[in-house]
Amino acid sequence: MPRRGGSPWKGLWTVVGKEMADHFSSVRIRILAGLVVLSAAGAVYAAIGNLRDTVGEDPFLLLHIFTTARQPLISFMAFLGFLVPLVAIALGFDAVNSEYGNRTMSRILSQPIYRDALLVGKFLAGLFTMAIVLLALWLLIIGLALFFLGIPPSGEEVIRAFAFLLATLVYGGVWLALSMMFSTVFRQPATAALTALAVWLLFAVFWPMLTSVLAEAFRPENGDMITAALTQVKMQLTLARLSPNTLYSEVALGLLNPATKAFGPLFLAQMQGVLLGSPLPVTQSLLLVWPPVTGLVSAVILLFALTYVLFQRQEIRA
Amino acid sequence: MSAPIEAKGLAKRYGSFTAVEDVSLTIEAGEVYGLLGPNGSGKTTMILMILGLTEASHGDIRVLGLNPLRDPLEVKRRVGYLPDSVGFYGTMTARQNLRYTGRLAGLSGKDLDGRIEAALSRVRLTDVGDSRVNTFSHGMRQRLGLAEVLVKRPSIIILDEPTTGMDPQATQEFLELIGELKAEGNTVLLSSHLLGQVQAVCDRVGLFHRGRVVLEGTVQGIADRIFGGHYRIDVTARGAAAGEALAGIPGVAQVAELGDHRFRLKAKSDIRRDLVQQLSDQKVDLLEMSLVEVSLDEVYNSYFREVAHAA
Repeated sequence: MPRRGGSPWKGLWTVVGKEMADHFSSVRIRILAGLVVLSAAGAVYAAIGNLRDTVGEDPFLLLHIFTTARQPLISFMAFLGFLVPLVAIALGFDAVNSEYGNRTMSRILSQPIYRDALLVGKFLAGLFTMAIVLLALWLLIIGLALFFLGIPPSGEEVIRAFAFLLATLVYGGVWLALSMMFSTVFRQPATAALTALAVWLLFAVFWPMLTSVLAEAFRPENGDMITAALTQVKMQLTLARLSPNTLYSEVALGLLNPATKAFGPLFLAQMQGVLLGSPLPVTQSLLLVWPPVTGLVSAVILLFALTYVLFQRQEIRA
Repeated sequence: MSAPIEAKGLAKRYGSFTAVEDVSLTIEAGEVYGLLGPNGSGKTTMILMILGLTEASHGDIRVLGLNPLRDPLEVKRRVGYLPDSVGFYGTMTARQNLRYTGRLAGLSGKDLDGRIEAALSRVRLTDVGDSRVNTFSHGMRQRLGLAEVLVKRPSIIILDEPTTGMDPQATQEFLELIGELKAEGNTVLLSSHLLGQVQAVCDRVGLFHRGRVVLEGTVQGIADRIFGGHYRIDVTARGAAAGEALAGIPGVAQVAELGDHRFRLKAKSDIRRDLVQQLSDQKVDLLEMSLVEVSLDEVYNSYFREVAHAA
């Protein structure tokens, strides 16, 4: 294979700019962003109503806005876990196949750019679009909190909330990479969208049920009760962590609830000297969420690499 | 300087299917070369290999002296390509579409805007430059595609089936545009399955059949090879024994009577002047006479009849 001349990044920012302009002018994204903002505002408003009574005693007021739920609404954190994948799928499901459908692919790739620039550009544009929507949302919430509760957040709270924002973006990146992969595999945007939604449904609804059933089924028969129970719990946790939703909720919990000290089962011996309910310092919380964040990042890289290989091997002729 | 496009023994296989087999061709600077052949005969695959968008299974190709796989960016910068039934982003205007690809080609600012305006006026789309491409007809899209190629100011222009699906008037206009490009000394590679349309603008043609170039040369040269280099002259003549009189004229190789005083002659050279002289000497009234131009369709049909007979 001869070594190719020229930079693979030539034209990248042109693609990013054009794709972002497309996203922000598309009705689809406007509706979804509106939905996210509305539901988030609702959840936050409800949380603020709940928190008003305890304003004086709570050292992590801002963080509780993210995690507090009032029936029948769910918390803002849970809303994001649910809606961010939808936005990401909407951004990515027709990224590649629509270029074939419009018959623009050969025209674009006959320009002096590599395929890398087109694919990476589309991915970055999706990521930046999500980042802008999420950042706006995040600022909106902090503003609402200041306005209604009247207490400025501490530095530590801001760091935790910002880390949570970044983690949400990575979580969105997983779904963006997945939907872009389907848009490369399937020539019909509708097929790609439905497949991505099916995966989303699997992880959001069925995966928790499946993991408990599977762990139950593979519970060891012999040996003592405690070991068997522990094996079952550990297996269920491992299976659950294959889902980006589980990883994301662990990260969210670790960052937004400073009292979280571990995600798995703990023995009494390990709890020696632990002050239950006392918060961890922010550095320790960041260490705690490092493994699930790594899992999410590697999922993004893996899915994107697969998409990249598939796209590079594709025939240009539609 | 080497020729703009040089291919040697080029082949492309998809699994067991052979799209292009052992094609060697050279396209000279400033000529309009027609790749002709039915759909699926390997024309588009050939073009994609020239652009480096598809890798050849065998053989060697040089575009402007460069290897399209080793220097794809430089090749694509200097080659303008109008794909078969080109598409645009429907929600963007014509100008926005051109600006996007112009930027991808590394152009910007005033230079790009100037080129876009020049290209749009060239293809007569200036008035609709700010309309969404959604509203464009097929012919307008093809013209916009040509405008995009012109914005790049390429050394080689490749047009894949540019006139397919256009109405006759749009086709005529498009061919006139290609004629203008030719007059300005551009090197153009044109693919088509509609032979009659492109023969007027092509200097040379290559006839594709099942992935091979089966005939190559000027339209007249190919006709000579297929019809044995004969000139064909249609004559309408009235008089006793007009047929015998015609057959007796030196240079006439064959006379076929078509009925109603019409005859078709085959001759080694253009003997119309002699015909007039001889027929008036022999008291045969010459009513009408014309040289039969060879159309590519005829060449084509005749060639494939030969192939079918041979098989």
